[in-house]
Amino acid sequence: MNIHEYQGKQLLRQYGVAVSNGIVAFSPDEAVKAAKELGSSVIVVKAQIHAGGRGKAGGVKIAKNLDEVREYAKELLGKVLVTHQTGPEGKEIKRLLIEEGSDIKKEYYVGLVLDRSTSRVTLMGSEEGGMDIEEVAANSPEKLFYEEIDPVVGLTGFQARRMAFNMNIPAKLVNKAAKFMLGLYQVYKEKDASIVEINPLVVTTDDDVLALDAKFNFDGNALYRHKDILEMRDYDEEDPKEIEASKYDLSYISLDGNIGCMVNGAGLAMATMDTISYYGGSPANFLDVGGGATAEKVTEAFKIILSDKNVKGIFVNIFGGIMKCDIIAEGVIIAAKELGLVVPLVVRLEGTNVELGKKLLNESGLNIVAADSMADGAQKIVNLVG
Amino acid sequence: MSIYINKDTKVIVQGITGSTALFHTKQMLEYGTKIVAGVTPGKGGTEVEGVPVFNTVEDAVKATGANVSVIYVPAPFAADAILEAVDADLDMTICITEHIPVLDMVNVRRYMEGKKTRLVGPNCPGVITADECKIGIMPGYINTKGHVGVVSRSGTLTYEAVLQLTDAGIGQSTSVGIGGDPVNGTNFIDVLKEFNDDPDTYAAVMIGEIGGTAEEEAAEWIKANMTKPVIGFIGGQTAPEGKRMGHAGAIISGGQGTAEGKIKAMEAAGMKVAATPSVIGETLIEAIKEAGIYDSCKTH
Repeated sequence: MNIHEYQGKQLLRQYGVAVSNGIVAFSPDEAVKAAKELGSSVIVVKAQIHAGGRGKAGGVKIAKNLDEVREYAKELLGKVLVTHQTGPEGKEIKRLLIEEGSDIKKEYYVGLVLDRSTSRVTLMGSEEGGMDIEEVAANSPEKLFYEEIDPVVGLTGFQARRMAFNMNIPAKLVNKAAKFMLGLYQVYKEKDASIVEINPLVVTTDDDVLALDAKFNFDGNALYRHKDILEMRDYDEEDPKEIEASKYDLSYISLDGNIGCMVNGAGLAMATMDTISYYGGSPANFLDVGGGATAEKVTEAFKIILSDKNVKGIFVNIFGGIMKCDIIAEGVIIAAKELGLVVPLVVRLEGTNVELGKKLLNESGLNIVAADSMADGAQKIVNLVG
Repeated sequence: MSIYINKDTKVIVQGITGSTALFHTKQMLEYGTKIVAGVTPGKGGTEVEGVPVFNTVEDAVKATGANVSVIYVPAPFAADAILEAVDADLDMTICITEHIPVLDMVNVRRYMEGKKTRLVGPNCPGVITADECKIGIMPGYINTKGHVGVVSRSGTLTYEAVLQLTDAGIGQSTSVGIGGDPVNGTNFIDVLKEFNDDPDTYAAVMIGEIGGTAEEEAAEWIKANMTKPVIGFIGGQTAPEGKRMGHAGAIISGGQGTAEGKIKAMEAAGMKVAATPSVIGETLIEAIKEAGIYDSCKTH
């Protein structure tokens, strides 16, 4: 789960990590009020959307007085911002962060991420701040430094200082930078983050070390123990179908095609998309109903697929292990009867309780095309959709 | 022969009184797996499906001499269940549970350093040695005893591959689901090493998916060490970048972990790669024919 920059900065403040003063605003009036409260001579008006590249796309404005704050707030709110991360459709700006301007001396990068090859959290840092870190890794890898963190002791003081020295942070500010990194790791660990990126981290002319931006991503599997993080979820930033799916514990991702897919298991769901594409079709979604699905969950999954107006046919591909085929069949029948089957439906069942599942479908009286294998099913649905 | 588990393996089911565990305990018993104990704290002294239940893994091991456990404990408590299995010095623990917080697994992996126990999973279908021992949630009937090893990050894709092999008359030695999480206990190389050393495994199927670099590392290892044919498949060839495809580990980010890169790495290691999941069986057959071992792999 992602959160906004201003929410990330609130979190950092709670942990004593230095950030600029700022206030969130939902209207031009609120923006002006916030700017007054901050009382700084330079005010930054920043669009809050869940995507990077906001600055380059014109989503960050520098205001010299309150009139300019109002003007920029009016201009940005309601505008659709297109950055290299939003896709061509862009994202509508509904919130602004009104922030005190900082006099920047130099920009740096720090991030925390899980390193899968060591199964440890790793601190990354570079003096090449403000740039895409993947570019730094590709073009000047010698300027990107890593500290592997032992979960028993956490990020240590010496590691944080070593990182600060490696990043060429001025010697007199190394302790400030180290304190920043230690706080950052504390947030990461205690809130079960999966990625934290501060890009840029800045050193100001007043010798402050602070976060100018904050990108957080949290481990969805750990949200059950972080009610405060869950409250930060902004539903406006997510696909409504994906929100609906998450209510029922379904793993759903919208895609551009016209063949709805309902599959159990993430690997098989991906492979089903691949197979549909291989036979010339185009999947409308990724949908993993998971292991512990009930007939009710399957019905909801069906409703979500059918709520996508692009869907011209549905392929149900189930290989039951933990998931029992009769449960799937039951859910499909209830959903099809409840919603009326308006598009072709191809069903392939295999695995636990398969005979029972097939029997239920055959006796349902519904117009369901049975498939013998994944390839057979994919070809049938591609032909039916045309 | 086989790897990891066989007809003598004595199994503990951790969390045995939960509904999923009960269903699969029955299925495993029917398959012939020697389930000697269950563990549910507070239910010690009772019995389910004729299996005695203990309060702790330690008690269960003392009473029954079990050497492997399988975990069906809900996600918030699953990491602790793994630690308990490791503390009891089991040879192996297989964690079926999905949705375990990743930082819990970082701690588990740290705790396991220097310890004896091998962890398979989490978020995996389990391990099966056909006709001898089934531990996990995979359907038993699709497996046939034979000489092809299967290792996979995905549960349902493992079943898909195994069924194709069985339908083509090619039996399996052991199938191992290593799970779809970014931090797990056993990786491709661990399993491939075992297949390489197992005299009864003649060839192997490796099923990967987008995200991470485990497949690339395995391909390197295969190129340098593997003496038996291995074929591959990568799921998620059409997945868009930046979208997490269900498995916590399946995401393409910053151009890393793409299907294209993984397929290239496997081909560079001399492996045949199945273009679609439906031809995994055919691809393996091509490879074993080329290696001249088709007849010895054929089981009927």
